[in-house]
This record gives sequence, C-alpha cells and structure tokens, in this order.
Amino acid sequence: MNEGSKKTIRTLCFAVLGMFTFSFALVPLYNVFCEVTGLNGKIELRATNVKNIEIDNGRDVSVQFVSHNNEEMPWTFKPSEDNIQIKTGKYHTATFYVKNTTNKRMVAQAIPSVAPSNAAAHLKKLECFCFEQQELAPGEDALLPVRLIFDDELPSSINSVVLSYTIFDVTDYNDVEFTQHHNDDHHHDDSHHDGHEMEPSI
Amino acid sequence: MSAVIESHNHDDHHHGPAKGLTRWLYTTNHKDIGSLYLWFSFAMFLIGGAMALVIRAELFQPGMQIVEPEFYNQMLTLHGLIMVFGAVMPAFVGLANWLVPMMVGAPDMALPRMNNLSFWILPFAFFILLSSLFMEGGAPNFGWTFYAPLSTTYAPPSVTFFIFAVHIMGASSIMGSINVIVTIMNMRAPGMTLMKMPLFVWSWLITAYLLIAVMPVLAGAVTMMLMDIHFGTSFFNAAGGGDPVLFQHIFWFFGHPEVYIMILPAFGIASHIIETFSRKQLFGYASMVWAMASIAILSFVVWAHHMFTVGLPLAAELFFMWATMLIAVPTGVKVFNWVTTMFKGSITYETPMLFAIAFVVLFTIGGFSGLMLAITPADFQYHDTYFVVAHFHYVLVPGSIFSIMAAVYYWIPKWTGNMYDERLGKLHFWLSFVGVNVTFFPQHWIGLAGMPRRIPDYALQFADWNMISSVGAFLFGASQILFLFIVLKTVMGGKKATPEVWEGSRGLEWTVESPAPYHTFTTPPKVS
Repeated sequence: MNEGSKKTIRTLCFAVLGMFTFSFALVPLYNVFCEVTGLNGKIELRATNVKNIEIDNGRDVSVQFVSHNNEEMPWTFKPSEDNIQIKTGKYHTATFYVKNTTNKRMVAQAIPSVAPSNAAAHLKKLECFCFEQQELAPGEDALLPVRLIFDDELPSSINSVVLSYTIFDVTDYNDVEFTQHHNDDHHHDDSHHDGHEMEPSI
Repeated sequence: MSAVIESHNHDDHHHGPAKGLTRWLYTTNHKDIGSLYLWFSFAMFLIGGAMALVIRAELFQPGMQIVEPEFYNQMLTLHGLIMVFGAVMPAFVGLANWLVPMMVGAPDMALPRMNNLSFWILPFAFFILLSSLFMEGGAPNFGWTFYAPLSTTYAPPSVTFFIFAVHIMGASSIMGSINVIVTIMNMRAPGMTLMKMPLFVWSWLITAYLLIAVMPVLAGAVTMMLMDIHFGTSFFNAAGGGDPVLFQHIFWFFGHPEVYIMILPAFGIASHIIETFSRKQLFGYASMVWAMASIAILSFVVWAHHMFTVGLPLAAELFFMWATMLIAVPTGVKVFNWVTTMFKGSITYETPMLFAIAFVVLFTIGGFSGLMLAITPADFQYHDTYFVVAHFHYVLVPGSIFSIMAAVYYWIPKWTGNMYDERLGKLHFWLSFVGVNVTFFPQHWIGLAGMPRRIPDYALQFADWNMISSVGAFLFGASQILFLFIVLKTVMGGKKATPEVWEGSRGLEWTVESPAPYHTFTTPPKVS
C-alpha cells in the first residue's frame, strides 16, 4: 500500500474518532446553548445570587404555578397558591405542598420549566426545593419553598409567566439495604445513603 | 469517457476463486464481497418486507384482527431498522464493491481484508437484532427512530441487544466507507482525474464522507442510551438533569444525512442508466457533481425539520424551514439534467431504463411531498400522520430500491455474463410500479385526512384506502419473488452478454469481458 493510502486511512480514522467525541460534546454544548439563550425553558438548578437585582419600582408580573407528577409517581404534589402577582426586582417566596402517600420511604426530584421560554433567563432563584432531592418517610408531608425574583430585564411583552415543576420518582429500588433499612426502622443513619442526597447532576 | 486497455492478458494470472464454502468466508475479492453484500441485502429485503406485510395485513381492516398491538410495534420497529440498515445500505455497499474498483480501473478495493471483515460482521448484527424477537419482553418496539425515554426508561430488556447490533452495523458501515474513500482517492487509473470519474463513483465518494461523519454520532447516541440504561447516567432522563429533546437533536443530526446516504448512490446509478439508454452523453456532468456535494453539505443543517413540533423557537423553525427548502434547488438541478439527457435522445425502454425513469418521476413526487412537510406551519398538521409515511416511502421504495433494482438489471450481464429475461424483467417492473403506487399513493390522502402513523387500528373513515393500500403492498411483495426468480435464472444461464452489453454503454467496466474476470485491471488502464 502506498503512502497516500496510509495517509488517507489515518485522516479518516481521526475523523471517525473526532465525530464520536463530537456526539458526546453535543451534550454540554446543547445545555450551554439552552442556558445562554434560555431556549427550552431550562433554568439553572443552582442558586443565583446576583447583586443589585432588587429594585423598588418594578412592574407587575403574574406567576402561575403548575405541578405535574411524572408517570406513576404517587405523591401528592401541588402549589400552595396557583397564581400570584409579584413585582420585578422583588423577592417572593412560594411554597409547594408535598406528601408521600405510599407506605415506603421514597426519594423525589422536582424539575422546573418556565414558559414562555425567553422568561427563563430572567427568573432567578435564591432558594429552591428543586436544587436537592426530597426524601420522605411513609405518610410524611412537607411544605417546600422556592424563593424567586425576576430581574428587570424581563422582556416587556411578558406579563405572565408559568413556572412548572414535574416531580420524578428517583428512589433507588435496587438498593435493598436502603429501602429495607428505612422501612424496618425509621432511625436515620447517614452512612447508609450518602448517595441519595447528592446534589442533582446537571 | 473512452479508455484503452493496454495489455489485458488475463491468461497470465488465471487463478480463479477458491472452491467451496471457504471461498465466501475467506474471500478478499471485491467482486465476491459485492455479491455477498447484495445477497445479504436481498435476504434482509425479504425479511423486512414480510414484516411490512404483517403490518399491512393488520391494517387491511379497522379493528384488531391478526396481531397484538405490542407485536405490531415490534414489526414496525424491525421493519424500519432492517430496511434501512439491512437492505438499502448493504445493497449500495455491495454495488460499490462490485463497481467502484472496475469503474476507476483499480485491481481491487484498497483494504481487501477489512472489506471481508466489514461484510462478515453484518450477519451477526442482524442475528442479534432478529433474535430479540424471541426474548422475554419481545423485540424493540419504539420505532426505528428509538426516541428516548421510550427506548431507555420504557424499553423492553432486549434494547441492549439492539444497541450492540447498531454498534456492529455502524462499525461495518464505517469500515466500508474508509475502504471506498481510500480506493477512490488513491487507486484511480492514470489519467482519471476527479472530474472524469463516473458519477456512481462520485456519488459513493460523497456518501462515504457522509457515513464517516454521521455513523460515529449514531454510535454515540446508542452509547449514551446504554449508559442511561445500565450505568445510571442521565443523558436523556429529565429526573437526573438530562433532556429527552437532546436525544432527538443527536438522532436527527445523524438521521438526516443518513437519508441522503440512502439516496445519493441512487443518483449515480440513475445518471449512468439514463445516459446509456438515451444514447447521449449525460447533460451537465459538473453540475451533477456540485449538486450532490451541495445536498451533502446542506444535509448537516436541516435536521430539526424532523422536530418542528417539539417547541423550537420561531427563529429556529424559520431557519430549518428555509434550509430544507434550499435542498430542492440542487435536487431540481439533478432532475432537470436527467430530463434534459433524455430530451431528443434515441431512447429504448429496457428494464433498467424503465426503473430509472420511474425513479426520476416517483422520487420527484416524494421530493414534492417533502417540500410540503418542510413548510413549518403545515408540518404541525402533517407531523406523525400517514402523509409522512407516504413521503418517505416514496423516496425510499421507488427512490432507493427502484434504483438498486435498476442497477441489478443494468450490471447483471457484466456480473454473470448472461442477459436477464427481458420479458420477465418488464413484467417485474410493471408489477412493482403498480404495486408501489397502489400501496403508497393513497397514504397521502389518509394522512392529510388525519390518520396517525404507528397505530395498529384506525377510525372507520380510513378503511377503504387502507384496504387498497394493503392490496398494493401484497402485489409489490409478491412481485419481488419474481425478481428473485429472474436473478436466479440469469445466474444459471441465458443469452451470452457481450463486453459492452448495452449499445450506448460508457465507462471502464464495459471494456472488460462479460462476465467480468475474477481479477480485473491488474495493470491499470490509461484514461484519456
């Protein structure tokens, strides 16, 4: 085989490896793209603490809260108030009621989404239950807070924003020790389930 | 293109193929491997076709009659996967193996042993895929597009076998493409510049580059699925911070170039056949090359037209709409060139020409329905209806598959040394032509009327056209048995073919005798 052929083969093999790598690079690229542009209604699952975001003379925005249960998630999950009126540049705390209606200990993760999607970049959260996973004992309930603010650059065409949460069942049912341990006795032992209280990976 | 063979003394190296079964197992000969690919793809065509007939039998009448909905979904999925990866792609690779070395005046493919490997892993891939039918939970049932999380969270356990099968198919395609590119770039006969290459060679060069670019992306997509299913990652799982829409972006970034992979070699084939039977030089050779290159490049920036309804922002919908419509320009150039080649030619209508003309007409119909689908606001109505099914079957069946059949009739005298039975060939053509149109044309109407795709049962108002469509499907399916008979009859014997075979044939492959000797062009020919 001549040198030219060897060179072509080498180049093509690099191209194949490069495109395989590129397919994985698409994942962070896509997330960055969506976060920068606010497309897809994606918002950061992490607290933002922007200085000078609070102002006094903000305009009115109506916020609707929507809750969904993913698939067969049996918990009760609903916003305390369906609709609130807030001003841009002012912090507001809203709460969601959640109850584990089953007879087993479960772990849940709520995923937020904002509509219209171009409002997503302007919605900042100081605190949100969606930043961590929720673990509830059988029959246990809780009031989950979200502390949010709209910055003043929210496009003037947007007067009403929908903030939707979908709650997912992320209990690790394969972890027999975890489920049995917690169902047998309700003593909390941190060493057994470190893995279940991780920050959500983004 | 004229060519002179300086010394074609085949007596010197007259060692033919080895004897017995090991000839096919160990062969590194491009002609043997080409035949293996073609026979394999025909077997897959019949298996995938049988699955299509299960689908059409169930849809013959409204209501559930023959199969369970779960099994219907498995048939739907396997039909798509087998036809795309098992029938159309290997058939084109088989044609490339047979023809590319002969057309560029090379003695064989550049990497003959890798050629053997890339074929022989394919039967294993499809054995794994088909064996999933007998597994607990059944075969993959999520459609050939395997959207996550349908193919991850909600998939049957056999999805892991599906993933490995796709990995093997991808490896086979990538090796095949490397082989084709290295052969074309480095082994052309002296004097054959790039712009003197036959169009089939050009079409395959471009196709091979597309394969190199997108098959690794498909491998990446299924690898991510594998990791989501077994290793606890969350690429496509919203609960873990992933995104199901990301799957569709990655899949269609592969998927749209993939549909051109299945049509570009057909463009090359149609150009040769129309040129030959019009007894005229092809009109606009250079524009044909540029049109294929433009189509290939544009194919990377139109993927999101498959997902207009996922909630793209307006700017993206407009961009993908215009980019998609732009593809109609180079495609229109090609259709114009084919028609102009036929214009005032001394046309005869042998079977390959009939298939090629039908290809031009019916592929154009499929292209027009594609343009309708490209209109974003209209797509919201057409999305996931039978109109889409009609569209892509028009470009794939009378498009890709008719071109493959045309190629078989056109080159089989060169492969076997025998002429096929012209009367039976024409009968096969007319049965296929009527069958294909009766099957798929009514699907435009029921799609526009709102019948969704991928369902085993439907509302009563769609009953009549579905029945007609099913009748057409069985006609088309049965006529392929005739095709098998014609091919076997030609292999066994028939009127002896001359080296030129056709009166107006042009190109190096027609300068060697028929059947083509086991080794051709061991001394490179000179191309002026």
